[in-house]
Amino acid sequence: MDSLINKSRPPIFCPGCGHEIVVRALDKAFRNVGLEGNQICLVSDIGCSGLFDTFFNTHAFHGLHGRVLTYATGIKLCRPELHVVATMGDGGLGIGGAHLLAACRRNVNMTLLVLNNFNFGMTGGQCSATTPSQAEVASGFLNRLDKPLDLHSVAVAAGVPYMASVSGYQKGLDKAIEEAIRFEGFAIVEILGICPGRYTRRNKLTPKVIEEDLARKGHTNGPVSANARPEYGEAYRELAARQARAGTPEAIEAVLKPVAEARQDVIILGSAGQRVITAGQLLGLAGMAAGLHVTQKNDYDITVLRGPSIAELILSPDEIDYPEIDKPSVILALAEEGVQRRKTVFDRADKSTAVIQASGVTIPETKAKVQVVDFKALELKAQDWALAALAVMAKMRAVIDKPMLETAIRHRFKGNALAGVEDVVNKGLTKTL
Amino acid sequence: MGLTLMEGNEIIAWAAYEAGCRFFAGYPITPATTIYNTMLRLLPPEGGIVLQGEDEIASIGYCLGASMSGWKAMTATSGPGISLYSESISFAIGSEIPIVIVDVQRLGPSTGSATKGADGDIQFMRWGNSGGLPVIVLAPSDVADCFPITMHAFNLAEQYRCPVFIASNKEIGLTSESVDFAGLERVPVVSRLLAPDGQPFVPFRSATGSDVPYFLPFGANTLVRQTSSTHGENGYITTDPAAIRAANERMDRKLTANVDRFSYCQEEPVADAETLVVTYGVTSRAARVACRELNKRGKKVSLLVLKTLFPVAQNVIRRAASNVKRVLVVEMNQGQYALEVDRVLKSHQVEFVGAMDGKLISPSQIMEAVSG
Repeated sequence: MDSLINKSRPPIFCPGCGHEIVVRALDKAFRNVGLEGNQICLVSDIGCSGLFDTFFNTHAFHGLHGRVLTYATGIKLCRPELHVVATMGDGGLGIGGAHLLAACRRNVNMTLLVLNNFNFGMTGGQCSATTPSQAEVASGFLNRLDKPLDLHSVAVAAGVPYMASVSGYQKGLDKAIEEAIRFEGFAIVEILGICPGRYTRRNKLTPKVIEEDLARKGHTNGPVSANARPEYGEAYRELAARQARAGTPEAIEAVLKPVAEARQDVIILGSAGQRVITAGQLLGLAGMAAGLHVTQKNDYDITVLRGPSIAELILSPDEIDYPEIDKPSVILALAEEGVQRRKTVFDRADKSTAVIQASGVTIPETKAKVQVVDFKALELKAQDWALAALAVMAKMRAVIDKPMLETAIRHRFKGNALAGVEDVVNKGLTKTL
Repeated sequence: MGLTLMEGNEIIAWAAYEAGCRFFAGYPITPATTIYNTMLRLLPPEGGIVLQGEDEIASIGYCLGASMSGWKAMTATSGPGISLYSESISFAIGSEIPIVIVDVQRLGPSTGSATKGADGDIQFMRWGNSGGLPVIVLAPSDVADCFPITMHAFNLAEQYRCPVFIASNKEIGLTSESVDFAGLERVPVVSRLLAPDGQPFVPFRSATGSDVPYFLPFGANTLVRQTSSTHGENGYITTDPAAIRAANERMDRKLTANVDRFSYCQEEPVADAETLVVTYGVTSRAARVACRELNKRGKKVSLLVLKTLFPVAQNVIRRAASNVKRVLVVEMNQGQYALEVDRVLKSHQVEFVGAMDGKLISPSQIMEAVSG
């Protein structure tokens, strides 16, 4: 195979920089695997390793600092046939830490080369996530306070299925990179190197010291058997193909006549767990079954089964412009929490407003007509009160009637759930008022 | 004709799907999460991809990789997420990567109120990038409107190779409305222009008769270069001021010179009106009620609802205001778009009406302001 080095833009680094060795080794690895330029996408980060993409005749993507793995992941998932190789330095490793962990957990079939030279070379030699505590760098005393990150241990702990830490000066660097490229999954090669422009001006670091450091750490290079698992893209495509297709949103036909001719505004004041939102949807569907336009707005806290839950519905024969309730036609007061949250709505109610008040729930003084319903006496659990209250509305022919409600319920529920809801609604229809 | 009860967020997802979007990455955030939920139902069974990013920065990064691979990509978030998107928005602008970004706005500043609406990010969408080159911002006004606006957003992202924002609002995204789903407005789907065979591919050179370069995806036989650094037409770093200036002027011009082609709006002009109400988004619903009521009462008011917010549809605004004395800009913030209208209408009295308190602006507030 021919070299993929871009002859019109040959590698240029500071004299003695370890990066150039990696460029040559990567080129050799591509040749060893037998890849053409258009089978490769080289994705580079910011910093000196960010120059890599310009030195090769391959597809190339150069982006923002620390984000290289996000672009690489998007490319590989959309173009699984490409060999995606990402390069970053120890600077990108630090700033993109969350992306590194996510990539290790995810296992997309791509290769990451981390060119670790222990400092931010391009900006003047400041400390990075891997700078030794005792090093003299352009960050003053700050690096003395931090413990350097050991990429190998972190990546393995995060689930990377292939991890190698090597010296940029060792024989067979190209083989180490080649093995990672051939690995079917996410593979990281950490390549330790020397930054003569910045780091070794004030710190002693030689290929021998790097070798000794690697030997002292004693990491095992190659596949991590504990993290072996299916490749993400293949597994994704397999699982995705098994997902049920989302059918076109189901419409409800307008087969009934509405109860009221004018716009009707309903507010359901309940608490979380009372199926207030579901009751609101049923009310909306009931209106739509009678050809009405509907808007529904909900208000609830982030807690589940605690706090207020409110649904506001507008049902109108005309298109609804301003989707906010001023004077309600019906208020369902089903829980203190909801009533407290919307106290002022009772001030705006007048004698044309119907309030259905669950007994035991206190409401503010109001001019509205109040109908108290004892849901407990009907042996209904709190989760069924909102649905039962719709039945009470249907019985009163307030906003909806029985056929509208029944049509909505049959549209919304199927099977056992339908039977359960019908049971609740029948109690509301037959045993109240 | 049957009706379906759907949220604005669901409609955006469905419209994205119909516009050809097959890649979505997002991070859950109220009030935008149901876009992600719906995309997760829609795309994977159709060969599409949905990812939940480890954060918003990653989510938009995945989208940029996907877009450069030739896929139509979208992400969705709210104000706090737009903040984190910023560096990648700049990248997509300067490197001409098509992407649709939905901002379901919530009350700010900062984390603000997750379930309260606002239009507080309008200028943030326009200017929240380094370099300040233009983007496209479209604003739907209700649930049904989310459909054509989203399709336009994809078409424009493809046609002009830039980020396109959908400036939604909690009051649209999380409000359910009865819609005739099959009857929603659909527009023909546009896709990016691929480089013709048999010609040398220069990744950032304008296509003939256009200010937009041809596209080729990663994986094409021809090698494709993409970079966030200042680049020449060949996609390599350049320091040549003439080349840099030409590229920046071209990227500015490709949007600002063409805005008349995508100045979406709705007008309710009234003959001899003294006042023009200009608004956008969910506030247009209250404005419509207010203007109709005022006209009924004999106070003549015209209404202009803007759907294209950026680049500013200057000709539309000037034409609509040509015969009025007074212009009121009504919006759910502290007067962000009023600045644009004021800039465009130099000889008019432009007043701002609005507030940022988590509540919709009511028709009576607008009527008072017009009458006052």
